[in-house]
Amino acid sequence: MHHMTLTELAKGLKAGDFSSRELTTSLLDRIERLDGEINSFVTVTRDQALAAADTADQARAKGESRPLAGLPLAIKDIFCTQGIRTSCGSKMLDNFQAPYNATVVEKLRAAGMISLGKTNMDEFAMGSSNENSFYGPVKNPWDRTAVPGGSSGGSAAAVAAGFAPAALGTDTGGSIRQPAAFCGITGLKPTYGRVSRYGMVAFASSLDQGGPMARSAEDCAHLLGAIAGHDLRDSTSVARVVPDYLAELDAPLDGLKIGLPKEYFGDGLDAEVESAIREAIRVYESLGAKVCEVSLPHTHLAVPAYYVIAPAEASSNLSRYDGVRFGHRCDNPVDLEDLYKRSRAEGFGDEVKRRILIGTHTLSEGFFDAYYRKAQQVRRLIRQDFMDAFEEVDVLMGPAAPTPAFDLGAKKDPVSMYLQDIYTIAINLAGIPGISVPAGFAGKRPIGLQILGQHFAEGQLLNVAHQFQQATDWHRRHPTDQETT
Amino acid sequence: MQWETVIGLEVHVQLATQSKIFSGASTAFGAEPNTQACAIDLGLPGVLPVLNEGAVAMAVQFGLAIDAHIPDTSLFERKNYFYPDLPKGYQTSQMAQPIVGKGEVEIVLDDDVRKRIRIHHAHLEEDAGKSLHEDFHGMSGIDLNRAGTPLLEIVSEPDMRSAKEAVAYLRAIHAIVTYLGISDGNMAEGSMRCDVNVSVRPKGQEAFGTRAEIKNVNSFRFVERAIEFEVERQIELIEDGGKVVQETRLYDPDQDETRSMRTKEEANDYRYFPCPDLLPVMLDSAYIEHQRATLPELPTEKRHRFENSLGLSAYDAGVLSATRPTAEYFEAVLAVCGDAKQAANWVQGELSGHLNRENIDISNSPVTPEQLGGLVSRVLDDTINGKAAKQVFAALWNNEGQSADEIIDTRGLKQVTDTGAIEAMIDQVIADSPVQVAQYRDADPEKRGKMIGYFVGQVMKASRGTANPQQVNGLLKQKLDEA
Repeated sequence: MHHMTLTELAKGLKAGDFSSRELTTSLLDRIERLDGEINSFVTVTRDQALAAADTADQARAKGESRPLAGLPLAIKDIFCTQGIRTSCGSKMLDNFQAPYNATVVEKLRAAGMISLGKTNMDEFAMGSSNENSFYGPVKNPWDRTAVPGGSSGGSAAAVAAGFAPAALGTDTGGSIRQPAAFCGITGLKPTYGRVSRYGMVAFASSLDQGGPMARSAEDCAHLLGAIAGHDLRDSTSVARVVPDYLAELDAPLDGLKIGLPKEYFGDGLDAEVESAIREAIRVYESLGAKVCEVSLPHTHLAVPAYYVIAPAEASSNLSRYDGVRFGHRCDNPVDLEDLYKRSRAEGFGDEVKRRILIGTHTLSEGFFDAYYRKAQQVRRLIRQDFMDAFEEVDVLMGPAAPTPAFDLGAKKDPVSMYLQDIYTIAINLAGIPGISVPAGFAGKRPIGLQILGQHFAEGQLLNVAHQFQQATDWHRRHPTDQETT
Repeated sequence: MQWETVIGLEVHVQLATQSKIFSGASTAFGAEPNTQACAIDLGLPGVLPVLNEGAVAMAVQFGLAIDAHIPDTSLFERKNYFYPDLPKGYQTSQMAQPIVGKGEVEIVLDDDVRKRIRIHHAHLEEDAGKSLHEDFHGMSGIDLNRAGTPLLEIVSEPDMRSAKEAVAYLRAIHAIVTYLGISDGNMAEGSMRCDVNVSVRPKGQEAFGTRAEIKNVNSFRFVERAIEFEVERQIELIEDGGKVVQETRLYDPDQDETRSMRTKEEANDYRYFPCPDLLPVMLDSAYIEHQRATLPELPTEKRHRFENSLGLSAYDAGVLSATRPTAEYFEAVLAVCGDAKQAANWVQGELSGHLNRENIDISNSPVTPEQLGGLVSRVLDDTINGKAAKQVFAALWNNEGQSADEIIDTRGLKQVTDTGAIEAMIDQVIADSPVQVAQYRDADPEKRGKMIGYFVGQVMKASRGTANPQQVNGLLKQKLDEA
């Protein structure tokens, strides 16, 4: 039961093999027993989860028909949950309870899903290893000496460790796809605007996007269908019909044109990762796909452009954490300036401070044109690269990350950490969707294949991922409890 | 040396939307602190702004009213700075691409001199909350009710040359926004606030002097006084060999002076950048034309019409078109009585006198324009004389009757024009006043003019004010001079 997909669990509930309460209790007990070591949850909401499970069981007895009803999941602690702490992995919000739910939380609740709790993450989603959390690092369930990736590291680890069949994550520069790859699960970053950002604590508003993390593309299709859609409370969400993602899953891949960006197979790519990805491509060829090389010539500019735009927006988004109305406030401030300085100095961790400083600098008078404006120009070029490539091919494929999960504490230098996101960051800058699916191992550590599509091509991505998962079983592998503990 | 004053104004107009510019919270004034601030106004984590279309419509209407260019795209940006009453640590405003482009406003000065003041642009932004520094024992209180209230900031070119011109400009802006109904224009409640940029230069010199910005001046009178003080201060400073520094100053009405707040060096770097939570505002011509169709007649047009079509004096036309409630009142009186000059006289005379005395706004006048129009009609058709008309007005003011006709009826104020009746009253007065009649008849004919007043008064009294005064005068003269 701990490693079943949502689809399988739904069948089990329907068949009466187990109740929602039994399922939920079993997962909660497992979290209690094993998460001390993994540290994937920041808050476990046992009482609320069991109450919701009972409600779901009663509804089922009366002929419940919603496909996700009674199924549990975990929620990244960046999504506001009414009456339950939303920490965003930060001391700054350690005491914060939102008086509202994020739109996606509301939608999942309306679908009848049960939240087990809130998952650990890099502070304010800034990080690629989940080592930047006020609540301590998360460990990779496959190998406890490795990171789970980040920033949605808690969500990825919880799914991989059998604590939750699925989780919500967010992705600003790879924060769903890279941890999904590191933990051997399936994670989808939707098109910017596909999923409402209302109630999702902002890191970089023009890049942030919430999405599903689960054990299969099929499960991601279920979840995306539940959370996608226009939201009047988010002006950047797109008023566009949400298709039936399940209906597209079984379409054959005959004649699918796959492009391999040559820039994604260059220097710095780990040999084992490369060979796993090439092997995955051969699977697609066997399914009838045509493969060719394409170029995304501005790829090398993605990381620098991102580390101007994202910190610039973050520096402004994080100004509200000033110790005045909510969040951490220093003891006994002597005056306003002291209140600001100490509250922020104490409340934020090093990486968050680093990015606030970078962002403040790049927006400053005299630097704006050289940094922010230039980065926006680069952003347009990067987007155009993808548009040009999609003139030639249907989807792009490559590794989700240059290496498998690295050791905890291995990357001390921020820039080497930033380069982790070299294959994921451009996708956020372009606003297109991307999915990471399990495609092999380097030793004990999983490898993720990244598939990219045009804006709003989530249905196609899920279809392409699902067909791969029909032909392979990488996504069905899970760590043993010995590995987890 | 002869000095010339150069003034530019930034006027913040609070728009009369029901809800805030980016949230659904109410904008009503005067509620308990922090009861009209929702999660969005408080800047809680994860919340997002949604633009209030009403604020856009109002900004566009203003732009059309000043003949401004309305760009097809405008953009919201973030102005970043820390202050406790600024919940998000940035103000959402417009900078590079404002919603209203260049326009023009006509002002009227003494002796009916007219001048056009150019508007550089107008942009939408959100207001901050209020910091309250009293009553908190060494701490500050913060009221965020005002946070997120929509403001239209109207930025003029430095086209004004005196405090009087600046006030005339501010009045013109006030008239436009209240005519449009996009603001209540209530300066006491902060619905209109003004930053004044002032500099001086030797007469004839082209280059501007260094300017000081006087922040947050909130009445017409204070604008005039702040400018006058500041001009004098700058001239004295320069003539004493000093230099004006670019700085922000505060006007203190109690001391009637401006004081330095911060110099340019201390100014914030606001780090403006486009707000990623809001889409660019794109307006097509159909939308703009739709807004144009909703525009009412504007103050300048109205003033011209009052003068040219209704034949009012320039002064009367100016006063009666100055505010929308006054103009509407006047036009309603006119609609009933049909005589513009009489309507103008009554609105500016008896009505204004009463309103001013009791400090009542014309929109709350106890005498309705329909009632006043009815009264004027009875004067025009000679049903009552001027004296009785004042009695009728007073009765209407005190709510002692529903209409002029009713009061005239119940009080018997209908003018007596029957010569026989008037003659009878005159005969009685002459018979009752032998001493005065003898004095009159002994006097030089030149002095008799003044003396006749006594008899007129007696006859009017006898008629309880209803006799036609012209008739009384003529008949009295005849009878007194007869002998």
